[in-house]
Amino acid sequence: MPPLEEVKERIEQALPGSTADVTDLTGGGDHLRAEVVYDGFAGLSRLEQHKLVYSIFEGEIGGPIHALSIKTVIPLGGNDGSSEAAGNDGSSEQRTEGAR
Amino acid sequence: MNNEEIRAELKRAIEEEHVMLFMKGTPDAPRCGFSARVTQILNASGADYSAMDILPDPRIREELSGLSGWPTIPQLFVNGELVGGCDIVTEMFESGELAETLGVEQPARPETPAAQQPAQAPPLQIE
Repeated sequence: MPPLEEVKERIEQALPGSTADVTDLTGGGDHLRAEVVYDGFAGLSRLEQHKLVYSIFEGEIGGPIHALSIKTVIPLGGNDGSSEAAGNDGSSEQRTEGAR
Repeated sequence: MNNEEIRAELKRAIEEEHVMLFMKGTPDAPRCGFSARVTQILNASGADYSAMDILPDPRIREELSGLSGWPTIPQLFVNGELVGGCDIVTEMFESGELAETLGVEQPARPETPAAQQPAQAPPLQIE
């Protein structure tokens, strides 16, 4: 099973400019959760966003990585220059749909 | 059953069942926490759904992921289209979108439980 740092690095390398926060859900090292902030998600459906992240680990999910839980976040732009620090518990979450 | 027959059966289930869940175990006895969560959500949303256990034969999962392009289990389909796995279903349930997906897509059945819309926190959290 790849260490958390490796999973984080591979996501951030595959999606340039992204930040990934990878945690171990169970302590067993093979049920991982990745929160990925990436402006390239813009314009993609949530399904496509998740598929994009999964595609980085093609063939490994279900194998060395038993489960990879994903949360995708599109950083909010024009935010006074304050960068969207990763792992901020979704303070910059995209919640635009709905608008009810 | 050979792989082609498995694939044909999966396709049939996806196309014919309005709400189709592929999971580990059964709704009564899920064998994985992620599958359990999706069945809980579907039960809570009041939707009728069909479920298939992918565990009895590893080829079921292989063929399913080949069809859907989605690597993990569970997988929820509505009206023949992949909605997503546990994360997406959970997010959609919390935002109220799931009821919409389960409901709006079903015009032939007006008694659909479309009213399930959990109260949402204010959408903007920007400081």
